[in-house]
Amino acid sequence: MTPNLVYIVVIGVLFAAGVSMVLERSLTRVLMGMILLGNGVNLLILLGGKAGTPPIVGLGPDEEMADPLPQIMILTAIVITLGMTAFLLALAYRSWAMSGHDEVQDDVEDRRIMQLAERDQGSGIDDVDHGVNR
Amino acid sequence: MTWLVPLPVVMPLFGAALTLMMARKPRAQRTVSLTVLTATLLVSCALLYLSTTEGAQVVAVGGWAAPLGIVLIADQLAALMLVVSAAVTLCVLVYSIGQGMADGHEETPLSVYHPTYLVLTAGVTNAFLAGDLFNLYVGFEILLVASYVLLTIGGTENRIRAGSTYVVVSLLSSVIFLTAIGLIYAATGTLNLAQLVDRLDALPDGLRLILQAMLLLAFGIKAAVFPLSSWLPDSYPTAPAPVTAVFAGLLTKVGVYAIIRTETLLFPGGRAAVVLLVTGLLTMVVGILGAVAQSDIKRLLSFTLVSHIGYLLFGVGLTTQLGLASAIFYVVHHITIQTTLFLAAGLIEKRGGSTALDKLGGLAKLSPVLAVLFLVPALNLAGIPPFSGFIGKLGLVQAGVADGGVLAWLLVGGGILTSLLTLYAVARVWNLAFWRTPHKSMPTGRLPALMVGPTLALVLFGAGLTFVAGPLFDVGDQAASTLMERSGYVEAVFGGGTP
Repeated sequence: MTPNLVYIVVIGVLFAAGVSMVLERSLTRVLMGMILLGNGVNLLILLGGKAGTPPIVGLGPDEEMADPLPQIMILTAIVITLGMTAFLLALAYRSWAMSGHDEVQDDVEDRRIMQLAERDQGSGIDDVDHGVNR
Repeated sequence: MTWLVPLPVVMPLFGAALTLMMARKPRAQRTVSLTVLTATLLVSCALLYLSTTEGAQVVAVGGWAAPLGIVLIADQLAALMLVVSAAVTLCVLVYSIGQGMADGHEETPLSVYHPTYLVLTAGVTNAFLAGDLFNLYVGFEILLVASYVLLTIGGTENRIRAGSTYVVVSLLSSVIFLTAIGLIYAATGTLNLAQLVDRLDALPDGLRLILQAMLLLAFGIKAAVFPLSSWLPDSYPTAPAPVTAVFAGLLTKVGVYAIIRTETLLFPGGRAAVVLLVTGLLTMVVGILGAVAQSDIKRLLSFTLVSHIGYLLFGVGLTTQLGLASAIFYVVHHITIQTTLFLAAGLIEKRGGSTALDKLGGLAKLSPVLAVLFLVPALNLAGIPPFSGFIGKLGLVQAGVADGGVLAWLLVGGGILTSLLTLYAVARVWNLAFWRTPHKSMPTGRLPALMVGPTLALVLFGAGLTFVAGPLFDVGDQAASTLMERSGYVEAVFGGGTP
């Protein structure tokens, strides 16, 4: 397909909106961002192939046929996105059921080690022998 | 004998379907999984033998010839990776069966575990065998989706938190990969790797660089290369021990494999080699510094995993045959050793009740077997002679010295420093968990034989790499030379005549 401005702007908007949503903490927003990104990529792949008549032998001259390959790839990508959407929804629901929200939290251990570093302390495990405490 | 090529993908997928139908019969599930993975291992060995004696084995799926159809290609590199990954997955499966029996399946619902595990294997083998970019993408997606399920298995709060990070980061890398595929197709009109060789060469330099950078970015996230690696130590440690072990061994290496494949076949001698060297250095040093700061064995091992990916980038980034051969040798060593260490960490958790270093102590006295099972691979990882880690690092250092550039020397220095710090990190685990007086609260009991057996097998396999280091390095060297030539790959797919 010959690239035209409308397509390019739409792809750009989808990517930009998708990226900004993925950067959110809430899993539901991340999910929507992923869907937007996925659609942007699908349109981008579509632009890579030739447009034309249906690619079935006998329906028209071979030179005017559309390139079917990008469309097949998009179909595969759509199926994969569908599966991922379902999984992310389940993940967000489970997170909500377990902790009452669907926000992605910081790693607990990471935060603990960072606090130790800020206070300029070691973790203390290197100098204590359990035998002494007994 | 090309009919063997699709089997490593088809058999696990078929096995996954069977085990899913047998959800209520754990014994039958175990039999099917073990049979399928043993068969996969045998087929992989046969493929390695065939690809070494007769050259790359190619099959056009469904009889549609390339470039129209999809090709699966088992050259030496792919076959070698297949053999190692099949051996590792089989050992981890036995281990997980042992753990499942011991724990009474509380945290791992067995009915989902086996099918998902087999799908993961199919994804990994498919990625290794893929002869075109889109099939590589599909392979990645299969293994990623399976890994999402395995990582969040049981759905505890911790795993959901860790899983969310992992899923979102992986999805993003998939989107980048897919975008790169779309752009490459638009620029060249094909995705067949063999056909891309010529067509990418014909593109203007700037465009090639952009395509290369996008692929490297996508694979870099999957391989956990330094600025893109922080997701790994957050997500891996919360999963059950066998899951972490198989992830650590295989998933990042699939990313590295994709980097090796695309860098040598599609973009040889590009400007990105410098990027690989610099990120390799940073990955090594930053990763191991992270490991030194940890107080939990699983997290510490995750950081060493990230760190040692740097060695592989070092070998690939040198773009010499020796460098590439050493990197291939190092991949084999690293898959085995990192998996073994995570399995040993699982045993420590079983015996000591925890993997937090402040809650452990005196394990060497309580369980001498466990001490050996941890110490041997730990020394191997750090690169103590005569283990394979030393041989791999020696090869890389030689390749770096032969290159002679400033950056190469920096990497040689960084590599040796990383090796020393790795030794420090594992020695610290040894001191704290295996020496000292045992902690009062540590549980008693014996380790299940089905968990010790596979770990021992992998320890021996890792140590045995030393004895076959010569032949293995030769295979790596041959694989590297065919990779550097490129024409062999194209001829294998198109039978001499270019389309």
